[in-house]
Amino acid sequence: MGELFRAVFAIAGKDLRVEVRSRTAMVSALAFAALVLVIFNFARDAGSVSREALAPSVLWITFTFSGMIALNRSFALERENAALDGLLMAPVSRTALFLGKYLANLAFVFMVEAVTLPLFVLFFGADLSGILGGLVLTMVLATAGFVAIGTLFSAIAVRTRFAELMLPLLILPFLIPPVIGAVQVTSRLLAGRPMSEILGWLKILALYDLVFVTVCLLLFTPLMDE
Amino acid sequence: MSAAADRAGVVVRRGLALVATGLLGLAGVFVVALRYTPIERFQGLPQKIFYVHVPAAWCALLAFSVVGVASILYLWLRDSRLDLFAESAASAGLVFSTVMLTTGPLWGKPIWGTWWTWDARLTFTLFLFFLFLGYRALRGALHDPGERARYSAVVGIMGMVLVPFVHLTVYLFPTVHPQPIVLKPSSPSLPWEMLRTLLLSLAAYTVLLVGFVTTRYGLGRAAEARGAQDAG
Repeated sequence: MGELFRAVFAIAGKDLRVEVRSRTAMVSALAFAALVLVIFNFARDAGSVSREALAPSVLWITFTFSGMIALNRSFALERENAALDGLLMAPVSRTALFLGKYLANLAFVFMVEAVTLPLFVLFFGADLSGILGGLVLTMVLATAGFVAIGTLFSAIAVRTRFAELMLPLLILPFLIPPVIGAVQVTSRLLAGRPMSEILGWLKILALYDLVFVTVCLLLFTPLMDE
Repeated sequence: MSAAADRAGVVVRRGLALVATGLLGLAGVFVVALRYTPIERFQGLPQKIFYVHVPAAWCALLAFSVVGVASILYLWLRDSRLDLFAESAASAGLVFSTVMLTTGPLWGKPIWGTWWTWDARLTFTLFLFFLFLGYRALRGALHDPGERARYSAVVGIMGMVLVPFVHLTVYLFPTVHPQPIVLKPSSPSLPWEMLRTLLLSLAAYTVLLVGFVTTRYGLGRAAEARGAQDAG
């Protein structure tokens, strides 16, 4: 078990180190998130749609789209110089490889979300006092499952001819349950509704995470084995 | 011609015979539905779409489950025939989900007064369609047969796992879609003449589905045999 975790942290650490040293993907993803927020503001007819009404949707579109950009990077990184072959030959299990990649992607997407949230408050005038805890929990629950799927599909998409197009095509149908759930929870939180109204949705999100993290973990080994 | 190509040819002919039977059956369903089935009191003639819409939805779901099961078996047994079978089922499923998505709005316009609404089951079937589409697109973008089989099997299984979740989340939305009238805990609340027409249509559609999958599978086998012949 200790062996597994050492390998997992080594792979995640490697990915994050590459990220910290180059910073291109992080900066691009953040700039992209900010741009989506800005465009949304102008895509709204200020006279008929209030900022508050649109806020939950804007937040989750921004999170998922910038998350997808981040996920594209995960295995594209390994394509250069055939680094993936090196990783596959390393004496670590496929499980460790998946978990390491997953952990690095989670850290990356959470970082993007952490920076986007204040921008969202600034641009959309959302009042998060008192609901920040609930919102962060929702973000964690909605992100955990979709990043697992994104990690798995990123390994697939990188081998196709149109990787940048293939990943969204494959992953968007999978975003429906978490996005529906997260938007429902966020709009209720922003409207100050009681906890009992959101508990059911949080349970669905947690179940989604549990099922898909497990299934992705199980499918990664046969995916990589020729 | 090699023995493998001969065998594939037999499969294709069998598939085409099934397709012809299914189409004949479907023509029979049209006659029965329009001529010998009573007109529904509240909806009038548009209700007749029910007999082509519901079986298409069942076939699409059936095809989807077949893709998922064949994908699991492929990853387990690594037999390229299972991959071809999953691909054939996905192609047929795409056809049936297209039928389902076109007949639905045709019925919705006169009955609901709108072509499309973000109703639970509409959204659900739309995503079924997108999953088939993504699966097909992925196959088109991969060249190496082994890689294509492995990758699409993974996507096929993931899609099957996703379906219950989409089902669950969209059902928590208010719906205007008719509630189940045949497959429900109590006995079907459908007059016998209508149920008979539906079952007839379901049989014709299923034969058509099996015919499509068989033909497609046979064609795939023929292409493989030919590739092997060219290579050898």
